[in-house]
Amino acid sequence: MSDLLEVEGLTAGYHGVPVLHGIDLRVPAGTICAVLGANGAGKTTLLRALSGLIRPSTGRIAFDGADLGDLATERLVRRGIGHVPEGRGVIAELTVEENLMLGGAWRLGWAGVWGAARAGLRRDVAEVYQLFPPLAARRRQPGHQLSGGERQMLALGRALVGRPRLLLLDEPSLGLAPRVVAQTMALLRQLCEQTRLTVLLVEQNVRSALSIADQGVVMSLGRVVAAGDARRLADDADLRHAYLGF
Amino acid sequence: MTGWLHSCRRTSVPTLARHLIGVAVAAVALLGLTYVLDPFHDYQLATAAAYLCAAAGLTVLIGQNGQLSLGHGALMAVGAYTLAMVQNQFGDHGVIAQWTVVVSLAAGVVTATLAGTVIGLAAARLRGPYLAGLTLVVAIALPAVTTVFSGVFHGDQGMSVFLPPVPDQLGVDFPMERWQAWLAVAAALLTLLALANLVRGRFGRSMRAIRDNEVAASVAGIPVARVQVVAFVVSAACAGLGGGMFAVLAQSVSPDAFTLTLSLNLLLAVVVGGSGSLAGAVWGSLLLVLLRYWADQLTGGLALSAGLRTRLAGNLPLAVFGLLLIVVMMAAPGGVQGLLSRAGRWVGGRLIRRPSHRAEVPAPDAEPPAPVVSHS
Repeated sequence: MSDLLEVEGLTAGYHGVPVLHGIDLRVPAGTICAVLGANGAGKTTLLRALSGLIRPSTGRIAFDGADLGDLATERLVRRGIGHVPEGRGVIAELTVEENLMLGGAWRLGWAGVWGAARAGLRRDVAEVYQLFPPLAARRRQPGHQLSGGERQMLALGRALVGRPRLLLLDEPSLGLAPRVVAQTMALLRQLCEQTRLTVLLVEQNVRSALSIADQGVVMSLGRVVAAGDARRLADDADLRHAYLGF
Repeated sequence: MTGWLHSCRRTSVPTLARHLIGVAVAAVALLGLTYVLDPFHDYQLATAAAYLCAAAGLTVLIGQNGQLSLGHGALMAVGAYTLAMVQNQFGDHGVIAQWTVVVSLAAGVVTATLAGTVIGLAAARLRGPYLAGLTLVVAIALPAVTTVFSGVFHGDQGMSVFLPPVPDQLGVDFPMERWQAWLAVAAALLTLLALANLVRGRFGRSMRAIRDNEVAASVAGIPVARVQVVAFVVSAACAGLGGGMFAVLAQSVSPDAFTLTLSLNLLLAVVVGGSGSLAGAVWGSLLLVLLRYWADQLTGGLALSAGLRTRLAGNLPLAVFGLLLIVVMMAAPGGVQGLLSRAGRWVGGRLIRRPSHRAEVPAPDAEPPAPVVSHS
């Protein structure tokens, strides 16, 4: 299986203070990779570096065999890297439909407002409504009127409208009821199997993440301390006690 | 009126068509108004319309995109000086025609757009107080350029603007002020039409997304820096048009007309009217003109010494405006437009509720309602 994402020696941080220290990571296409670790391990920073929100100081990120260099976030979205950031990032003043349309607006270009691209975008939004029926019922409501679970659905749906090949998900279970978490995880697994979507899943809910992941990466203080098959990581008692807390 | 607009939205009348209808109705109404008003009030209307061009652009920048500019007065100066120089060139070459004003205004918009591009490129990297600081420097420094290059801009005394007379077809008695009001109202309505379409469209949604959550907008694929720059440039173009209209109205330009006070007045108009709302920009621009007038009337009616009256005449309108700002911010953070919208919703709610409330009250000779049968 070919690797969709290859990260080598990635160092990144904020205001000159490094948070990540030489991260190496390979994620095969069509798989889910869980990124685990305690608070402050650098999981969110890793996703931010991969989606171009912060500039790596050293290292190499390759997506589908091509070096990403210093591409800006919006260019990476066009390449097929979607990011659902921590806190969901729903645009509060826009309606559910406008939020979803925004996720794929880049596909329209500046001239394709009424063309086939717009029809395609409408179809993708309709598919998101099929995946998340509660959003269809609230399509005219502004983002700030949604519940936590609905916001998570909207953030995920908006990323999917952008037709990503790699989805970076930051703590999708944060603040959600266990039933909703289970549904979200099941949906991710289903998307991977049906559309060959690749997911890099940052999660504090270790059991949930490892239950759907193909492989896992455990981080501590900005370094990868363990990596491998998700089931093997879950069965490693020493690793669980030292880094995963269960 | 509001109900009609809502029904238009429900029947999916295209946005552009709705805005065109709105502008056409406003144009006819204002045209009629200019015949009702005396020349002085026509001139006030023209001044408010010129303010509106700049305030509308600024309210989109601040309220829709979240970029604060304290330098739009300077961008108005760019538009005004360009109009003056181009118009005077036409005059020097003996070209006397109405179209020259349109060409000069367009030139003013172009130069303000260029200046806005330069400032916007720098502004896209700045946020909050840093952006305000940069634009404040522009507001102070740019008018001073006229003094440094006094050979071109004629320093503090400024220059007069050559303008063609009122078209002959309108008659010999047609007041110049009414003609100026027509020009300014046309410029303001065109500005509102363009901005309304921009705000309602994809670009508007991108601007609001960036304002609300820059990270979310970025990961949705919106080119944040480009949208920020374009928003600034659009706003600068509107300021250039407003400045050009100022020059047409005053028939002269000088640095005194484009000080920091003008930039702050525009900001006040935006905030008092309702930040982000084009209708709010209309209220704010009208208040800018009317408050000064009312305050002048007030000070004129008071039994004050000549010295005190002279001192008050300049400062009282500003003090009244400042007080109004405080009152509006306390009573209605959404500005005048926010207050009107709330009032409209309250009245609308009562009108809708009242008939249904009446329907629940049985007429004296009516049968009592059948008991509700529960199936549970």
